[in-house]
Amino acid sequence: MEPARIAVVTFPGSNDDGDARLALEALGAVALPVWHTDEQLSPEVGGIVLPGGFSYGDYLRCGALARVAPVMDAVRAFATAGGPVIGICNGFQILCEAGLLPGVLRPNRQLEFVCADVSVTVESTATPFTAGCEAGQTLVIPVKHGEGCWVADDELLARVVARGQVVLRYADDVNGSRERIAGIANEEGNVLGLMPHPEHAVDPLLGPTGGVPLLEGLVARAREWAALVRA
Amino acid sequence: MRVTVLIRPKAGILDPQGEAVQASLSTLGFAVSRVWVGRLVDLEVEADDPAAARAEVERMCADLLTNPLIEGFEVVVEGA
Repeated sequence: MEPARIAVVTFPGSNDDGDARLALEALGAVALPVWHTDEQLSPEVGGIVLPGGFSYGDYLRCGALARVAPVMDAVRAFATAGGPVIGICNGFQILCEAGLLPGVLRPNRQLEFVCADVSVTVESTATPFTAGCEAGQTLVIPVKHGEGCWVADDELLARVVARGQVVLRYADDVNGSRERIAGIANEEGNVLGLMPHPEHAVDPLLGPTGGVPLLEGLVARAREWAALVRA
Repeated sequence: MRVTVLIRPKAGILDPQGEAVQASLSTLGFAVSRVWVGRLVDLEVEADDPAAARAEVERMCADLLTNPLIEGFEVVVEGA
């Protein structure tokens, strides 16, 4: 069977791209490093990870400058076509700024950087990333962010909830996110943004392994997607 | 042409930074009941006249400088 090939995009200031590649490789995928100035993705790519970090120094707003990087046109085209895309932490912020996900991430309510293993509940299994989970299942995954408070106005929040786009919810309030939202998908379910770091939670030697089902979901869908595109 | 953009958190949007600054000002004994912290961007814009400069900067605000979900903005064109 062809392995899943997953692009991991590095922006200036990304710092979890290495861990993302290691985690994907540990789960049997081939991780393809992609630079922010690359205008095209290899046609073999079946999935994309926008990793955590501080792209462009978080200047202006987190994710705002990365959203106009040359590679983002290719990411947008891939996402719009239906390919699986996961944005982790800063990657989540970038996807929101790019308009590929609803809402925006703001400084944590408590104005403190939060670095902890947290419990999140799977709220939707209707995405490829959570297809292997059970609704209500608890995953323990670390967070480490200063701006992870997901914000939307009442109308947008109601729409997102009604459409089942809330994928992960913190068991306890971590950063002031509305409705304790930790991860959210687009309407189609093929784009997921989350503040917890699944790539840091795949090896029992290093702590919790709650990231495994989410990344396995990405890997499985990436393999399928590449086959669909080839066919 | 010098143009200044004043970016403010929208009404109703949580502004923890403003709250923290307000608390610190109160600690110093100042009578301040609310503080909002925004951002200021000065630009040198190449434009034929102030109206054109304003229109261009408003486009910049929509495209990049502000996020309309959380921020409002005011454009001030020098000498206009």
